[in-house]
Amino acid sequence: MNTQRQIKDPSAEQRQFSARALLLLLLVLLAFAGLFARMFQLQVLEYDLYQTRSDKNRIQVRPVAPPRGLIFDRNGELLAENRPVFTLSIVGERVGNLPQRLEELAELIDLSDREIENFVERYQRRRRPFEPIPLKTVLSEEEIARLAVNRFRLPGVEVEAQLVRHYPQGPMMAHAIGSVRRISEADLPRLDASRYSGTQFVGRQGVEQYYENTLHGQVGYEKVEIDARGRVRKVLETQPPTAGRNIRLHLDSRLQRAATAALGDRRGAIVALDPSSGGVLAMVSTPSYDPNLFVTGMSQAQYRTLTESRLTPMFNRAINGRYAPGSTIKPAIGLAGISLGKTDWQRTMNDRGWFQLPGQQRIYRDWSWRPGNAGGQGITDLNRAIYRSSNVYFYELASRMDIDDLSGFLAQFGLGQATAADIPQQGRGVLPNREWKRQTRNEPWYPGDNLNISIGQGDMLVTPLQLATMTAVIANRGNWVRPRMLASAEDPLVELDLAEDPAPVEGPSAADWERMVDAMADVVHRGDRGYQQNGTAWFHIGRNIAYRMAGKSGTAQVVEIRQGERYDEDELSEFERKHAWFIAFAPADDPQIALAVIVENGGGGSSVAGPVARAVIDAYLTPQIAKR
Amino acid sequence: MSSQDFVRSLPQWNRLGGPRRLVRVHLDPWLLLLLLSVIGFGLVVLYSALEQNQAAFNTQLMRLGLALVVMLVAAQLEPRFFLRWSPWFYVLGIGLLVLVLFMGVSVKGAQRWLDLPGLPRFQPSELLKLAVPMTIAWYLNDRPLPPRFRYLCVALLILALPSMLIAMQPDLGTAILVTAAGLTVIFLAGLQWRWILGAGAVAMAALPALWMAMHDYQRQRVLTLFDPERDPLGAGWNIIQSKTAIGSGGLTGKGLFQGTQSHLDFLPESQTDFIIAVVAEELGLIGISVLLLLYLLIIARCLYIATHAPSTFGRLVAGAVTLTFFVYVFVNIAMVAGLLPVVGVPLPLISYGGTSAITLLAGFGILMSIHTHRGW
Repeated sequence: MNTQRQIKDPSAEQRQFSARALLLLLLVLLAFAGLFARMFQLQVLEYDLYQTRSDKNRIQVRPVAPPRGLIFDRNGELLAENRPVFTLSIVGERVGNLPQRLEELAELIDLSDREIENFVERYQRRRRPFEPIPLKTVLSEEEIARLAVNRFRLPGVEVEAQLVRHYPQGPMMAHAIGSVRRISEADLPRLDASRYSGTQFVGRQGVEQYYENTLHGQVGYEKVEIDARGRVRKVLETQPPTAGRNIRLHLDSRLQRAATAALGDRRGAIVALDPSSGGVLAMVSTPSYDPNLFVTGMSQAQYRTLTESRLTPMFNRAINGRYAPGSTIKPAIGLAGISLGKTDWQRTMNDRGWFQLPGQQRIYRDWSWRPGNAGGQGITDLNRAIYRSSNVYFYELASRMDIDDLSGFLAQFGLGQATAADIPQQGRGVLPNREWKRQTRNEPWYPGDNLNISIGQGDMLVTPLQLATMTAVIANRGNWVRPRMLASAEDPLVELDLAEDPAPVEGPSAADWERMVDAMADVVHRGDRGYQQNGTAWFHIGRNIAYRMAGKSGTAQVVEIRQGERYDEDELSEFERKHAWFIAFAPADDPQIALAVIVENGGGGSSVAGPVARAVIDAYLTPQIAKR
Repeated sequence: MSSQDFVRSLPQWNRLGGPRRLVRVHLDPWLLLLLLSVIGFGLVVLYSALEQNQAAFNTQLMRLGLALVVMLVAAQLEPRFFLRWSPWFYVLGIGLLVLVLFMGVSVKGAQRWLDLPGLPRFQPSELLKLAVPMTIAWYLNDRPLPPRFRYLCVALLILALPSMLIAMQPDLGTAILVTAAGLTVIFLAGLQWRWILGAGAVAMAALPALWMAMHDYQRQRVLTLFDPERDPLGAGWNIIQSKTAIGSGGLTGKGLFQGTQSHLDFLPESQTDFIIAVVAEELGLIGISVLLLLYLLIIARCLYIATHAPSTFGRLVAGAVTLTFFVYVFVNIAMVAGLLPVVGVPLPLISYGGTSAITLLAGFGILMSIHTHRGW
């Protein structure tokens, strides 16, 4: 049987083969039927599903971000504009040898280790095929040129342009106009998702925040056909965006520049107002920061330096700094005394350099007090109490006033309130009264508290903006105009629904206002009469002055000087020294500018803050005087 | 017998002037016509898939021209020649595979290519697609069929050696094709059903072991097949996009050159392995049906040739070539349509690239040789 089997039987084999071949043919037919059925399923039965998917793949509605409105100063100088920024991205699928390509790029452009690190981290994460990964976010003109020349040998390297905010004045205007920041998770709930669908930045702080709606504009749309790399192949439909509206501010760049220079590298703030319009002419807070860094990005270390520095460059002292007003409050206290019938312009008292409340041991000193209870301003009326800045006169006056009456009068100057029309996040300061003290301290009001308030110490806190506002109200002889940033816009603005101006200050007569202005002018101009007879600021700023300036100095204690102790500048650290204040307006009889200056831990108000105020007013008035 | 040209004496050829001349140059007119139809069809689709890139298109034209010349030459050689040289092809192929293991060129992590001086870069595994079935057929040619167990073992050994070498590169697609070709020969040789069923059972039992032995990326492909959405941007991207391309073509297609999936680059490998999706997207179910029909007719014609071959060797080789071709078509289309895992198998005679076209047309040349030299 074995041997039989070993003989080939061609015809049997042929039959066998044919049978098997037929079987294979059946198998093939079955397989093809299966393929056809699958195709039928996909192309006929599920056609709608895949048709939709295919369209969803290729058709994208892309938001087109509107260009943000420009911000100009009163002279038409550009404060905020939009600039193209060029981003370098890499498409992994087309780049070839990545390490080698990075090396080549490093020869052409400036690449930091951090940039490469960030890129590699994002590159290794799972991503859509052909998704460009950004490597460097801001390219210089020179780098763009070098990349363009070498483009042919850099496959997978892409440069994309994007309009972003640019602040040509840099740190100088940062606190005045605020800046935009990248939209963060926290912003999302309060932003209209569709309106901001194409937008990456939102106004944060200052004018940029307050006029966000106007500056932002309306988003546009573009229906595009894209390929798998997300590149636009064809634009199918467009609805162009509406650019944000341009606005013009009261700010005066030249004045801002002069004010910044006057403060120099000292910490401090200046707010200058136009008393007739309330327009903010200058708003300086030093040190400052470069707002452009928030647009183009900065390193962790840079950010940490900004936020953790003891000099707090990010902090807007002009509207949020809370300081004791010191003697700058005295003109308002004096007007309160007149209005409340507690004093008049003739009344005098003898200032011996110190004051005691009846039945109390505690000694309240004048700034001119010397050991052994010597010093003092002698026989003093209200006028002299202002130009010599007599503490004792005001102690005595305040000891006869009720705090709630005094506080109510001071509130008419905007103290303890946010009065600026279009400045977000402005501080309110503290204007204490009985109610306030009971609520915050759970303590009754003591007569001694009156004395502290009368020389601008104690619990009273003000911002430079508030003091500038108070100064403007005095310059206007009690009439009010809210401080404001916006001068004009192309069209009526959404936000232009500013609150009405407060009522004029009630109490002082026209003559009282003039006498107070005269007293403040004496602070600056009364001179050449011997130390005891000169205005406190005359020596520092009152000489060679071409206009009539009304001012008041102030020196605010930072640390409490206990009874019997002496204030010794050398013993205190820099951050414990007194703050120097100066408020002023000019010309006194036709005020064009009213301002408040603070130099943190600067020392004496007249000697330190006074010259700063004079420099700023000079810068503003001198060109105008020259014109006349 | 061998001196007489049997084919020429067949009456139906004598009635037609043209085909008789074709037969004299040993070409099968039906098969030739069908092959040229598929090639023509493929070139039109490829022209679209290549974004009408003339240079690339010309390259492909030259490759196909070369492949047709190879077919023409193979058809002229007598089956005896193939019978005699089969084992030597095989030995040469194995030698080259071993060479690949030691000095092959790596592309995308797989060492498949050989770059010998003086020769264009090529994949030796391609040679085995023909050499393996031919050698098994050569081995079984003299032996009584169905094969006895001993012979079967030798045949399986002939098959296993190159398959393993290829799988080690790793090149799963080619290994499957080579194995399929070899197994076809054994099946057509009349292997007893009990052994076929037994082997099937063993294979099922071995699946878990196979799973363990697979490379990570291969497992990924299998998992992706069952659930493409589990990684839509990564491994599932290809399948999702190819199904979308096919489905969105509908009955009549989006029109030639109008396919958005392929022309906007959503469809990966649209010129090579996934070109059937371009056919489906641009020409619709109608285009697919025409192509499937052409493929089916080719396979039918080849099976006809196989069953009419006068020798065991001829029958087995013809059957194996046919089935290799079928496996190509089936695996490729089923893969693109999301029925099989993604393996690197091109769509025969249509995908961009020359290697598989040369191998396949050489195989068809051998078929034509077998059919037109039936006298020997």
